[in-house]
Amino acid sequence: MAATKASKEQKYDRQLRLWGDHGQEELENAHVCLINSTASGTELLKNLVLPGIGSFTIVDGHKVSGEDVGNNFFLSNHSIGRNRAQAATELLQELNTDVSGNFVEESPDQLLDNDPEFFHRFTLVIGVQLPESTCLRLGSVLWNANVPFLVCRTYGLVGYMRLVVKEHTVIESHPDNALEDLRLDQPFAELKSHIQSYDLEGMGKKDHGHTPWIIIVAKYLEKWFSEHNSQLPKNYKEKEAFKQLIRQGILKNEKGTPEDEENFEEAIKNVNTALNPTKISSGVDDIFNGEQCNDITSQTPAFWLMTRAVREFVQNDGSGNLPVRGSIPDMIADSEKFINLQNVYREKAMQDASVVSKHVEALLQSVGKVFPFYVSCSMDSADGEMVLYLMLRSVDRFYQQHSRYPGVYNYQVEEDISKLKLCVNSLLQEYSLNVNVKDDYIHEFCRYGAAEPHTVASFLGGSAAQEAIKIITRQFVPFNNTFIYNAMSQTTATFQL
Amino acid sequence: MADTDEPEKKRRRVVELTEKMVVDGGRDGGEWDGRWNHINMFLERPGPFTHPDFEPSTESLQFLLDTCKILVIGAGGLGCELLKDLALSGFRHIHVVDMDTIDVSNLNRQFLFRLKDVGRPKADIAADFINGRIPGCNVVPHFKKIQDFDESFYRQFHIIVCGLDSIIARRWMNGMLLSLLVYEDGVLDPSSIIPLIDGGTEGFKGNARVIFPGMTACIDCTLELYPPQINFPMCTIASMPRLPEHCVEYVRMLLWPKEKPFGDGVGLDADDPEHIQWVYQKSQERAAEFSITGITYRLTQGVVKRIIPAVASTNAVIAAACATEVFKIASSAYIPLNNYMVFNDVDGLYTYTFEAERKENCSACSQVPQDLYFSPSAKLQEVLDYLTENASLQMKSPAITATLEGKNKTLYLQTVASIEQRTRPNLSKSLKELGLLDGQELAVADVTTPQTVLFKLSFTS
Repeated sequence: MAATKASKEQKYDRQLRLWGDHGQEELENAHVCLINSTASGTELLKNLVLPGIGSFTIVDGHKVSGEDVGNNFFLSNHSIGRNRAQAATELLQELNTDVSGNFVEESPDQLLDNDPEFFHRFTLVIGVQLPESTCLRLGSVLWNANVPFLVCRTYGLVGYMRLVVKEHTVIESHPDNALEDLRLDQPFAELKSHIQSYDLEGMGKKDHGHTPWIIIVAKYLEKWFSEHNSQLPKNYKEKEAFKQLIRQGILKNEKGTPEDEENFEEAIKNVNTALNPTKISSGVDDIFNGEQCNDITSQTPAFWLMTRAVREFVQNDGSGNLPVRGSIPDMIADSEKFINLQNVYREKAMQDASVVSKHVEALLQSVGKVFPFYVSCSMDSADGEMVLYLMLRSVDRFYQQHSRYPGVYNYQVEEDISKLKLCVNSLLQEYSLNVNVKDDYIHEFCRYGAAEPHTVASFLGGSAAQEAIKIITRQFVPFNNTFIYNAMSQTTATFQL
Repeated sequence: MADTDEPEKKRRRVVELTEKMVVDGGRDGGEWDGRWNHINMFLERPGPFTHPDFEPSTESLQFLLDTCKILVIGAGGLGCELLKDLALSGFRHIHVVDMDTIDVSNLNRQFLFRLKDVGRPKADIAADFINGRIPGCNVVPHFKKIQDFDESFYRQFHIIVCGLDSIIARRWMNGMLLSLLVYEDGVLDPSSIIPLIDGGTEGFKGNARVIFPGMTACIDCTLELYPPQINFPMCTIASMPRLPEHCVEYVRMLLWPKEKPFGDGVGLDADDPEHIQWVYQKSQERAAEFSITGITYRLTQGVVKRIIPAVASTNAVIAAACATEVFKIASSAYIPLNNYMVFNDVDGLYTYTFEAERKENCSACSQVPQDLYFSPSAKLQEVLDYLTENASLQMKSPAITATLEGKNKTLYLQTVASIEQRTRPNLSKSLKELGLLDGQELAVADVTTPQTVLFKLSFTS
């Protein structure tokens, strides 16, 4: 057991550095369902099997055709005529012995007819190259069962994804460029007294040049407050004046030229962002005012329980502010000063977290629940693509009417153009859309003949797999909710429909 | 999960699929009906968005299958994906170059490799797998460095795709293709251009770009786009650590050479778990001295090996985009990407596509002589610093030679120890002392380019 754990650590090392051991555990406990093992589906699944998804089940009633083998890495010409789910499962399973693969030789429509609850067991269901009618039926079953549904298709040089999930909550979003939470405009008591322990004017040269910029800004802010009625520098002019104030604080040598104090330069550089007023964003406010946050019951999921507890903190203990994040950026300083400052923020964050934790306990008690609950404190024209989306909806309409997609055979391409155009117009009319879809696009979509070129399927498979991993691990923010990839121009767009 | 109903009988659990597995697609090399249907649409049919040069024909497929020769550089995260993508897009004559062997940590994304392949050359195993799985495909492996080949090798390819993990290697490849360009009376001969498709990934971020050497922006034109490597200042590492990373660098750079824990002359082997364990323990001690928390084995290894996190999905996306471009160019089916796409799926999915511009005085592709402006009393060391630190040049270990009194003299060379020793005193000599004249040509060689770069030295007063 220990040996396998160690070798898994080695094998998955590069991805553990992204979503951690706890994210990996979620992945290994997940069971995903793939419907239709065409190239888009197998490529997607490959990108879940390689990182160690717990298990997968492929649902596919089709038999492998010569065409299927041509664009699919996980079908061999020896399997022509066999069930496609079985053939694909074998070659996907072979990628990673940690993963269990299963298959069902039925179409999704058959399952929906005979046993719709079959789909309830899955962490996530992925539907690939599904006709619209099946998509809608399946979507309804999964919505009611609270199973996330990811719809994917590759159509010619266009890739498409749609995420259908009632609610998805994320705590570990890993924001790329979040602003720091320094509280310089409203220093908490411990920060205030720490700042006071510094005497910039009385310090020796070495200490002066190794004082963290946060302290420098704080000190000069005190000066500024005393001269400006406790108002933060508000506009460009005031911020420049504030920076000048700091600049004057740089030590000068005997000749009167300023010394090379990089920490002061850092302070000046960071003035623009460090003085952002501490406040709660509207996004967070919306979450606080959510229905789930107000009505806490014994069924309330962990995310909402914790959110409510944070809201209680904001209202009762935080003077209207969120718990302190606790992290500070690296900066020029000597070790002791930096570590001490870092600890001031860290300890406050831990204190705030334990207050939130007490609120959680109180909430649990109020609904009669007492179970171990962890609050882990992480002290981080349209037009191009919109037209493609409308075209995809239009070819679905075509399929409904003609039981096939446009332009599959060479001789059909010309005659299907006018038929497809009718579908486009009826779609636009139905949704009262005043959009002009150029004939070029209608021709192009007939040209595609519902082909699934491997490279486009592979791009989509990569994109979709990562979204699936986000859903399963609840880390990083998934797309919301419709994604289009245009391989002709190598551009993408995300819409919320 | 009770499986008792009738439909359940059809559900079979596929277990222990090992020896009996059909890994080989069969070595028939034979065709079967419908094999290339998914691509034929784009080769045989006219369309409104095709390249102006495009002519639908049934012969295009034959060109891809029989004649077109593609070179893939790298058989790692991107390389494996590229080989699959190209093989399934009709390309059969593919060469792949990779100097590495397989490591366990590759297996989470380099899907052509298995546990039993650890230690074997990536190029060989990748080629075997693709050739076995895709009948008719002929991938030729080269377990070599790109620098082991010269123009005669590279000239044979129609298109070159890179899935490298090193900027130096990219620049070298870029320089090689630029050196193949033929100019007649100052006009570029288009038949001497070999398009270069370059892909790169890091965690959830990636980029794909199309380069037509001599025509579009090259790798060196956009050198500033690459984020600088994080190297901590020595004084921080030596006496004022703040982060766990500082502690690990201290042990790696200062403590190891001092304590020689595994014997005299035994260098730190980042792949040796015992070595990493030693570094880890010593890093913890260092951190404790300064009350720094957060040292883990994983962090230690990450710092020593300069590990970049990686997942299958990002590599799949970027390689696919690159392969799509190879297909477009080889078939003239569509206008290629012009010319740079950036991808990031940390928050939703984000792409940004733009045209990177050529740099007027690019040291690699502009053919404009590069100028160096120095006072005659400046030391050679200053010239060396400029060559390495200037954002547009970023040379690694430049070797400087000049023609003095009719003879070719090496002023400074770092890469051969004996010559480095002999020429080191020159660094503290002034340019005038070394006998250099105003307007003098200096020839500079470096790992970042296969050709020598010529500079013109202009004296400032």
